[in-house]
Amino acid sequence: MLQDKDRIFTNLYGLHDWRLEGARSRGSWSGTKALVDKGRDWLTNEVKASGLRGRGGAGFPTGLKWSFMPQKSDGRPHYLLVNADESEPGTCKDREILRHDPHHLVEGCLLAARAMDAHLCFIYVRGEFMRERQRLEAAVEEAYEARLIGKDNIHGWDLDIIVHHGAGAYICGEETALMESLEGKKGQPRLKPPFPAGMGVYGNPTTVNNVESIAVVPEILKRGASWFAGIGRDKNQGTKLFMVSGHVNTPVTVEEALGVPFRELIEKHAGGIRGGWDNLLAVIPGGASCPAVRADQIIDAVMDFDGMREIGTSFGTGGLIVMDKSTDIIKAIWRIAAFFKHESCGQCTPCREGTGWMMRVMARMVEGRAQKREIDMLFEVTKQIEGHTICALGDAAAWPIQGLIRNFRPTIEARIDAYTHRANNDGAVPSIAAE
Amino acid sequence: MSARRLAEDSIQPDAFVFSRDNAAWAKKRMALYPEGRQQSAVIPLLMRAQEQEGWVSRAAIEAVAEMLAMPVIRVLEIATFYTQFQLKPVGTRAHVQVCGTTPCMLRGAEDLKHVCQNRIHEHAHHTNADGTLSWEEVECLGACVNAPMVMIGMDTYEDLTPERLEEIIDAFARGEGGSVPVGPQNGRQFSAPITGPTTLRDIGATKPKKPATKMAEPAPGALFVAPEGAPDDLKLISGVGPVLEQKLNAFGVTRFAQIAAFKKADIEKLDEGLNFRGRITRDDWVKQAKALAKGGAAEYRKVFGKDPR
Repeated sequence: MLQDKDRIFTNLYGLHDWRLEGARSRGSWSGTKALVDKGRDWLTNEVKASGLRGRGGAGFPTGLKWSFMPQKSDGRPHYLLVNADESEPGTCKDREILRHDPHHLVEGCLLAARAMDAHLCFIYVRGEFMRERQRLEAAVEEAYEARLIGKDNIHGWDLDIIVHHGAGAYICGEETALMESLEGKKGQPRLKPPFPAGMGVYGNPTTVNNVESIAVVPEILKRGASWFAGIGRDKNQGTKLFMVSGHVNTPVTVEEALGVPFRELIEKHAGGIRGGWDNLLAVIPGGASCPAVRADQIIDAVMDFDGMREIGTSFGTGGLIVMDKSTDIIKAIWRIAAFFKHESCGQCTPCREGTGWMMRVMARMVEGRAQKREIDMLFEVTKQIEGHTICALGDAAAWPIQGLIRNFRPTIEARIDAYTHRANNDGAVPSIAAE
Repeated sequence: MSARRLAEDSIQPDAFVFSRDNAAWAKKRMALYPEGRQQSAVIPLLMRAQEQEGWVSRAAIEAVAEMLAMPVIRVLEIATFYTQFQLKPVGTRAHVQVCGTTPCMLRGAEDLKHVCQNRIHEHAHHTNADGTLSWEEVECLGACVNAPMVMIGMDTYEDLTPERLEEIIDAFARGEGGSVPVGPQNGRQFSAPITGPTTLRDIGATKPKKPATKMAEPAPGALFVAPEGAPDDLKLISGVGPVLEQKLNAFGVTRFAQIAAFKKADIEKLDEGLNFRGRITRDDWVKQAKALAKGGAAEYRKVFGKDPR
């Protein structure tokens, strides 16, 4: 188990002062100037060496992403855009950082901005996080007053931070939709290329990072890349905020080492599965877009990017949705399908029409009012959506249903049998087209 | 995607103007973005309009378009695309947003929806008979480890049971929504396990240096040293209910005299602890407590001209 001395978010539960003074007492804003002075290459290389992979779900190496920014400015300003549009069901970690440890993020913004030659940073907070945004704004304000950021600050790297917000659109968590939204438009993703590092916000080079990715940077740089890289397995290094929701005895957000065994995470922090280990049915390991896996698949798995890939799902944001045997797994996945239907931006036809189609078929499968061949047809349709849209929302909508069919097919079939049985007794045989 | 339309013409107001404060705020907000990029302020401005009026009317959309020199259709697009904008009037005292997504559903969000249906209106987006309450089901509000939860106004009410939600809705219906403590409703410390944190148990505490004279230290988890003697009935203070009283006691606040003697720093500390944002001052607990400490209910009546509740 990770020791407290290796934890970065020491005010995760809001037990202490979140303000500048309190943050300073926990180590924030100390020695920051020396780090800023080391310059762009050192900062980027150090973050590369730490093995930090983006914490927003995709797990792209953060240092590598930073190095995509143009080496020399062609006259256009560079921007850092922090993605705090946390909206994936099962994910609620950035919220804790914003409201309880905001100075980790603000300090991280300064260092990341230095590493990409940016003097302006946007933090895009989801619209529903109103109190969290007020907290963050207050922290930014404090940093300005103490001349930690702003023009002619004590760190010798000018940085303005604008706290921006959305208004309830999940799609804006996609980096190009985020930029569209920030520019005052509908949050509809852009085609790539051009990539944000070449042409991002207002057409200027931009790097988009998740809140947690940026907030861990100061501590990594202060303690050294090797400290961070020494936690967890190769290519899955560092600490991570895990969120355990659903049918556990004590739902929790906790910082643990990447690679913590699933069993240990649940046992130590989440108080065990409701009704004991035998009662575990399924887990969605990293936010709603990750395929659900059966208890026997995950029970001995380790919680990191590769560990989840090995069992045919993905690590995502580390938000585990745990389901015990009282769960109607088909209905749980139907609700996720409803979520994606609601959140599709409507730009690409396969996603706009497909998410609604999948949701409606899923709704019938919840009742069992379907034909068994429709299971294969549904799977086929998810494959036609996946990979055929501008952004990954189409994929994200397809994966949970694919996971359900792969791992819980007998459950769907049994439900259909039960319905057919009832229907036979009533003297009617259901025969329903797909729609 | 969700298709949304503006409200019918019959309920659209003729005009919209930002209040003076909000207009000044909007000017500052627009100036924040780089020169020529003022359109970026469109979501913040519409949100402020909604905070002012309770919903976004056509007039508000047109006003914002004019302020930002944007075509009206572009602002209309924004208002209909982003589902946080309410396009018709909502309950004047509370609009309850129930998170219904899977993590909340697993822990009983459907029961919360039933409460809203029984207590407010069978259908979402309809106000109750006197127009004070309305509700809707929303997609993930980002508090999954504190499921199930609702959001009312700017605040979240987490770890709910149907019974607790009824109480909260009742409080809002009476116009006393401000008296409901925000955040987890089961006494839990934000996202820590209800049984207490499993990590960070002795880290990062900003422990004040011990003063020379020995002073009593607050009990673990408390902010204040609880005075000796039996606790007073803090519920007599207007704005304090049973749940809040329990919380106060847990923080070491048990007597009227203690509250009466609060300094500004104490109030701030308590405000912070309760996640209250100024209510202690607004409801003037100190003055109320002073009266109650001095002469109980009789003195309270003398000062405030009404019974303590």
